[in-house]
Formats: sequence, C-alpha cells, structure tokens
Amino acid sequence: MNQIDPARAAQSPIALPAPFLRWFAEKGWRPRAHQLDLLSRVQGGESMLLIAPTGAGKTLAGFLPSLVSLTERGKIPPGSAFSGIHTLYISPLKALAVDIERNLMKPVTEMGLPVRIENRTGDTPQAKRQRQKLNPPDILLTTPEQLALLLANGEAERFFKDLKYVVFDELHSLVTSKRGHLLSLGLSRLRRLAPSMQTIGLSATVADPMDLQRWLVAQVPDEDRHAGLITVTGGAKPEISILRTEERVPWSGHQAAYAMPAVYEAIRDTKTTLLFVNTRSQAERLFQELWTINDDNLPIALHHGSLDVGQRRRVEAAMAENKLRAVVATSTLDLGIDWGDVDMVIHVGAPKGASRLAQRIGRANHRMDEPSRAILVPANRFEVMECQAALDANYLGAQDTPPVGRGALDVLAQHVLGMACAAPFDPLELYAEIISASPYADLSWETFERIVDFVATGGYALRTYERYAKIRKTADGLWRVSNPQIAQQYRLNIGTIIESPMLNVRMVKRNARGSIGRGGMSLGKVEEYFLEMLSPGDTFLFSGKVLRFEGIRENECLVSQGYTLDPKVPSYAGGKFPLSTYLAAQVRKMLADPNHHATLPEQVRDWLSLQKDFSRLPKEDELLIETFPHGKRHFMVSYAFEGRLAHQTLGMLLTRRLDRAGLKPLGFVATDYSLAIWGLEDMGVAFKKGKPSLGALFDEDMLGDDLEAWLNESFLLKRTFRNCAVIAGLIEQRHPGKEKSGRQVTVSADLIYDVLRSHEPDHILLEATRNDAATGLLDIGRLGDMLMRIKSHIRHQQLDRVSPLAVPIMLEIGRETVAGEAQDILLAEAADELMNEIKAGH
Amino acid sequence: MHRLAFATRTASAYPALSERIEINGTAGFCDPLGGLHLPDLGVLVVSDLHLEKGSAFARRGMMLPPYDTLATLRILEAIITRHDPKIVISLGDNFHDRRGSSLMPPQFREMIETMARGREWIWINGNHDPDGAMTLPGTSMDVLRLANLVFRHEPSVDNPQGEIAGHLHPAATVVRREKRVRRACFATDGLRMIMPAFGVTTGGLDLRHKALTGLFDRPRLVAHMLGRDRIYSVPFGNLVG
Repeated sequence: MNQIDPARAAQSPIALPAPFLRWFAEKGWRPRAHQLDLLSRVQGGESMLLIAPTGAGKTLAGFLPSLVSLTERGKIPPGSAFSGIHTLYISPLKALAVDIERNLMKPVTEMGLPVRIENRTGDTPQAKRQRQKLNPPDILLTTPEQLALLLANGEAERFFKDLKYVVFDELHSLVTSKRGHLLSLGLSRLRRLAPSMQTIGLSATVADPMDLQRWLVAQVPDEDRHAGLITVTGGAKPEISILRTEERVPWSGHQAAYAMPAVYEAIRDTKTTLLFVNTRSQAERLFQELWTINDDNLPIALHHGSLDVGQRRRVEAAMAENKLRAVVATSTLDLGIDWGDVDMVIHVGAPKGASRLAQRIGRANHRMDEPSRAILVPANRFEVMECQAALDANYLGAQDTPPVGRGALDVLAQHVLGMACAAPFDPLELYAEIISASPYADLSWETFERIVDFVATGGYALRTYERYAKIRKTADGLWRVSNPQIAQQYRLNIGTIIESPMLNVRMVKRNARGSIGRGGMSLGKVEEYFLEMLSPGDTFLFSGKVLRFEGIRENECLVSQGYTLDPKVPSYAGGKFPLSTYLAAQVRKMLADPNHHATLPEQVRDWLSLQKDFSRLPKEDELLIETFPHGKRHFMVSYAFEGRLAHQTLGMLLTRRLDRAGLKPLGFVATDYSLAIWGLEDMGVAFKKGKPSLGALFDEDMLGDDLEAWLNESFLLKRTFRNCAVIAGLIEQRHPGKEKSGRQVTVSADLIYDVLRSHEPDHILLEATRNDAATGLLDIGRLGDMLMRIKSHIRHQQLDRVSPLAVPIMLEIGRETVAGEAQDILLAEAADELMNEIKAGH
Repeated sequence: MHRLAFATRTASAYPALSERIEINGTAGFCDPLGGLHLPDLGVLVVSDLHLEKGSAFARRGMMLPPYDTLATLRILEAIITRHDPKIVISLGDNFHDRRGSSLMPPQFREMIETMARGREWIWINGNHDPDGAMTLPGTSMDVLRLANLVFRHEPSVDNPQGEIAGHLHPAATVVRREKRVRRACFATDGLRMIMPAFGVTTGGLDLRHKALTGLFDRPRLVAHMLGRDRIYSVPFGNLVG
C-alpha cells in the first residue's frame, strides 16, 4: 500500500473547491459517492482502482483528483521555470483519447478551470509534438505506444519530473496483452522519474481485481503491495433473453441465418440496435443477410476494424446523431467510446465469455439506472447452451476475464533498448525498476542479463557480433547505445501490435472491353494472404459489398462490382475467441444435469434426450469419448469443452500418438466443444483391447516429448516467432505501403526461425516464442489442466453409428484439414494434376 | 526449412528424388536440395548462396542468427557428396555483400576448400558481390559458356537460349483446398532456366511478379517446386500469386 498522509486523510471527505461545487449546483447534480471517495483516498496518498459499470461517471471520477489539484495550484505565471506535465491519461484507443478530450473540456470550460488539456497520438502533427515537449500541457491524453516513445527520449526526465497522477482508462482491456506488458514497464520508469506519482485505474468488472490493484503500484519482493479499491455496484440488471423462434436451430455453423427474420423484426421494433458478432467475416455476412430482407430500407450500417477509417468515422458520426437504426459491429466497439443512445444489443453467435457479454451489453444505454436490453442469438445447438450459460453468469455477476499473466520477454527486450535510448543505464538499477512492475515481478536476474545480451548482440552462443553491438557496457559500468541511428531505428519500430500485411482495397470500373479504369473509392484493407488465394474474376464479400477481384497493382487490390450470390468470405486471422473456461464448465454442468435441461428450448431438449438414450450424456468432470464407423472411416469424438485452440493442440498430439500405435489417423477437426479424429482403423476396438488404453492415450506426458516434437515443425510456432522477432527488434516490421516492391520481403522470419532452431534451440527468443504459444495459439496451459481433470474419468462409448451429440462436429469435417504438415500433400495434389492432364492428353 | 533437416540427416542415405528436365536440349536433374545437376557435363549448379547474410545485417544493427553460412554450406556439402560433380558453378550473389568474402570466419573458408578439392569451382559474379570471391579456391568470372549453355547471374532479356541464371529467387504458390503453399522453385520453359536461391535465409520472388514477365514462354513454363524430399512440378497456369 502507498503511504498515507495523515494530515490529508483527516480532512473532511468533501474537499471540492468552489468552482466545482458551483458547477454541480448549476447543473442540479450532486457529486456521486464514489467520485468523492476516490478523491479523498487519492488525496490521502493512495493509488486507486475504480471498478464501475458504464454510465457511472467513471471518467470524471478519474480526473477529479487532477482537476482539484490543478485548481489549487492555479495558472503558472508566464516566465516561470519549466514545468513538466501534471497528469498523464492512457487509453487503449486513439479515438478514446480524442473522445475524452472533448468530454473533459466541457466541464473544465464551464467551471473556468486554469487547466490545459491536450492529446498526443500517432496522428498528432510533428510541430505540435515539438511544442508539447517545450511547453507541456497540464494533462496529456495519450496511448501506450506514445508513452513508450516519450520515455525513450533524452528529455523524458525533464518532461515527467512533475508528474502527479497517471490515469489508466479501460485498464481491464489494457493489462492482459503485450501492450499491457510494455505499459507496465513504462509505468515502472515513470515511478523512477516521479517517485511521488500516484496511479488511478478505471476498469469494468473483472474476475480478479487484485491483479489490477497490484499492477497499479510498485511491487516489492515478499511484500503485498496493491492499490486501494472502490467498486461501484448496482445499475439496473440488464434484461437479457435468448432468441426463440419457430425455425429449426442448425446443428453447426456460425451464421445464424435461420434467425434473420426474427432479428430484423427486433431491429424494426426498436429505435437503435447494436448487433455484435465475434469476427469480421461474420459481420460481413450478417450485414449482407439483413440487407437482403431489409424491405423497409432501414438505415443499417457496418463497422469493423478493416474498413476504411473515413467510412468508420461516418458511421460513428451518423450513430451519434441518431441517424441509424442499427449497426453491425465487431470488438472494435467493445470499448467505451460514447456514441449516442443504443436501446438494444443483439449478440449474434455465442459471446464466448461472460465478461465479454457484460461489456457488450453495457454498450446499450449509457444511463446507469435504466436496464439494458439484450437478445442473444445462438447460431447452433451447442451455442444455445452456451448462451444460456452466459445469461446465467450475467445474472449471477460471474466474471471470466483472463489473468494479467507473466510479462513477455520480447516486450522486455524492446523496453531495455528504449531505456538505453533515453539515457545510459546501470543494469542493477534497471533490473530493480523492471521487477517493480507486477508482470515482471518474478523475472530472474539471469533472464534479465540474457535479454540485455540479446539487445546488444543478438545473444548468440557464437559470439561473432561483438564488434557490431547495438548497446555497449562502458568503463563506468553503464550500458549506452553505440550510435544515434540505433535510437532512430528503435523509434520506427516501437509497439507490440503486429499486423499481418494488408493491402488497400480500391473500387475500379471495368469498361466494355474489359480493361480496368482509373482508381475509385478506397474501401478498406484486407489481408495479403487472403488475396493471394484469389485469381482475377473471383468474387468475395467485403465492406458489405460483393466484389470482383481484378488484380493487384502496386500496393493496392483492385476490385469491381461483383454480380454473384455465392461470394467467398475473407477468413480473417484472429478475432475468433475461444470459449472461456468458466462458460465451458457451465455448459458441462448443464449437459450433465437433466434438471437444467428444462430451461432449454424443446429442440435442444429433444437432442439431448436422444443422446442420453442412444449413447450417454457426459458427467460434469468426465471426458466422454465416442467411437463409431461412418462412411469408409472410423471416428473418435472427444467432448472436452476446452475451446478450439486447446482442442486443436490436443488433436495434433493425439494423431501423433494414434499414428505411433498403428491406428492410421487421417485427419481431425476441432470446435469449441469437441474434437473429432478419423482414420482407417477401428480405434474403438483398439481402446477396448488396451492397445493403446485411453488412459495411456490421454496421459499428461503428451505435453512432454510429443509436444516438443510437434512444436518443432508447427507452422503455428513460426507465426508466433515472427511476432516475437519483430517486437524484440530482431527484424523490422513490414510497413505496408512503405516497402519498395510491396510484396518482396528482405528477411523471412520463417527462414530465420528454422536456422535458429536447428543451431541454437535454447535461444532466448525461442524461449519467448514457446512461452507465447503456450498461452496463446496453442493454449497448452488449458490443455494441461484438462488432462489432469479427466485423469481416470474417461468414459468410452463404442457405437455402431454417429451419435446425436457428434452430429455438429461431423458437419464441420471437410471444412478443415490438418494444416502445416499437410503442405507437401497439397503440393503433390497440384503436381498430380499435371500428370492427369498429361495422361488425358495421350 | 526442410532442406536443412533433410540434408543434414539423410542426404547420403536417401536416393535423390530429382526431376528430369531439359534445357536447350541438355538433360538436367532438379535436386530438391536446390541444385541443378547436369550429368553429361559433370556439372552441379547452385545459385544465390548469399553467404554471410547474417553478419551483413548485423553490421547494420539487425542481429540475425550467425548460423546461416554454416547451414548453407552443410547443404552444399550434402549435394556435392550426392552428385560428386567435376565442376561446381555458383551463379553469383555468392556472398550477401562486397565485404562478405573477406570477413568470413576461417572455419567456413576451410569447409569450402575441402569441398573444392579435386574439382573445378567457378564463381560467377553477382550484383551483391561484383568483385568476385576473394582468397577462395576456384575462378571468378562474369559469364561462362559451356557446351550449348550460358551461365550468368542476371537473366538476359534478349538471349534466352540455353541460359542458366539466378538473381531473381523464383518461388511459386499453389492453392489447394483453400490453403496456400509457397515454395522456392526451378523455373524453366525448356529454353532457359532460372535457379532457386540456395542460401538458407534468402526469400523468394513470385513467378508471377512483374520482374519475371517476358523472360519465359509462359505456356511452356513449369515451376519445379522444392518439396520436403522431392520436386513438385506445376505448370505456370496452375499457380496463383
């Protein structure tokens, strides 16, 4: 805990200066209890975490200590000595920083406070940035990346020396990513530059507030240090329902096309509706489906991260002016930008997490005392149960936000170089500073030294790069950058958000002779790898339109109007959240307990009772495995309910083991709920004979050698490595649009990965990659927990045909194949086509 | 990189699953390790080794792994052992930059000396290393004519007949079942050949890239793609990219 100033703590809790009291009185408002509570505890010297629902006056609460302190200080007379910024506000989104400036300026102007507020984002002009350094504002609103840039500057010490408060907005969404790790390191440096600085975190409800409370203050080994906590409960309970229709709920898929008429009806009966989906491709599809039946021509818009910025701003503006009846959106709108009145949220597809649902529902209705309205639209029968579980969780207030996690090593490498760019550093001092950041509290000195070595020369056992070192230890024991270009290079490559290369999509006209006209409107950006699968003439769905791919010219993808009803949909990487552990457990519980089935729609009830009669409903802690023949193949379906990523990893590992046991597995497919593996041999018979036994097959030791062997050839790890290598500064990020030839890579991360792995498998960057993969794409942690849980609780049902519960996953087969390892098979197919052509020709 | 694993683990034990081709009437075999074997001439051709690329980047502040030279030389050892050619022709960009050959550590120099023992070695000069290979066994030159073939680094615009060149690092992409696979390839229309880059950290340029337009008779152009342990031959029309 921070030290408490007894003199201030003893003051009356209501210590608002006159302009504030006057302003509240004029508005006919009263400061809310939590706003005053926060003010007095911050004035007493504490750092604080405020957890409150949307619409509770969180922003004003967060800034109140600053505004009061600045009012007490008064305007700085001209000609005074340089004074640095007083308050720093960090938000996860540029747009939010700009939005807050507007919202904050209003009361500040109305009260006539002597406070200068400015924002600084990637869009801020160079001249303004320079001026901000010479003449800093009182309150600076910015993003984590800009903070890292400011801290890596030689003038950081001067700029931040007078810092009193740092306000973190939407802290829950910042802390769990690599951005949060970088930010925590930045905060540790701020604490050194301004030792008496206090932090104020603003957050939505989270599973473990203590995680955030610790994050906000300096950690000391073997001591419990954390910020104070104020929780605002209340707000009316939202009214959530699950869409019920007479239509048949499909077995599989994610589109919920069956529900479109009902969804459209709900939009028509409501003033303004926000429709959430989980991926951009779902957003495109949903938008398309709604417009096909939009007989009333309701203004329905589309909003997702790939669309052109101008287009997004127009949608946001139209929404703020209440000109739209509905917007189809992805997670870009999860965060608290204030954009008008939303009367209802419709979530199409299961929300995948209880907290995510709560935050999205919070977007409806910013007035705290009125209930939000929300409708959940399950896309398939498993999702019906998942939606029910999410609804129950919301009623109980259960949360499943992920933990903060351990600080990533690639981020640490970036920070260490940044600190060397700011000023020569003493390694012991920097280490002490870094372990004061909660994500890095467990960092060992040895690992820190390896990171410094990596930053200096790449950290290779073969020490051939000493003469090229980026940072060097000089006689005074300090590390400093070798030359000014290093700092310049660092500034260009800062940040932790690695985008896959994207190309601009531009609409062109085709003339009668079929040649392509001059460029027209820009529609947004689409991933390069998706375009590489298209041939001219192919059509795809983007920006709510069916587009015909014409080709790539320089850095742009040219498209024209497409006229077809069956376009491809970009399958975007990312944006597909796995089912949360909490919801998975709830679904298992629901499945196991027939009493629970009463709350489910009839169709789903019938399905489950059929399953019960035909095979078995898995008990809560049991792993049900069904084996059955189908077509010419033998199948094994495992109902693990651990999310798609963990199932995919399990599938990879099990097929290896089955292969070793001679069972000839051919492929597998994973969903959030189950895993299906198929092959040529009857696996059920083999399990009954104990060759292998299911216990042995699912033994935790698969996470040892099998995992290691698979990882070594996995394409997933290569993707993770690329991100780590860019963040750590080993290779430079491709800046789309800035490259000469656009599609020519000078250094391929894949090739570097291969060389490094075969020559120095213990390299620190490979360690960072494995750590990342374990928590990210491979979800090994969750798989490990599951294997432990189901040990000696595996239940095998040998069947003569597909079971009702297996139907959904059986329908997924054919949509996916084993990726990565199958590459050579695909090459062979392509080559064989040639052979067939040759044979046909003779 | 399958080539490295394959070369270091099994090269000598495995039969070479090469693809037979003809260039200007001369028979050749595309080896999946990335070299072209011309048995009638006793020649093995490799291209764009880009040795010492890691250290070239390190000099500019990007600390790429210093193992690329060793890895490339190991594969070169394997393919030379496999074919035991009388002449080795390295088609230019042998080193990643001008200083590469003079700064190369002695252990790598010795590896090359061992490989060159008992055979002729031709270093064709490339744009990355126009000054030739310094203090290494063999002969440096800009162009070599042998039988009805011409060996040079950059493909010429006007004289495709019998030309074997490098420089462009051709790669090809196929899409099957919505999945993309991209590999380095030998590109030939029977008249000329552009070799894949042999160096382990060299990227590729797609065969459909505009830098390659006009070089081949496209209806007869085939990409012989480097697979794990064999060559996959795909006609140009079946590629994407």
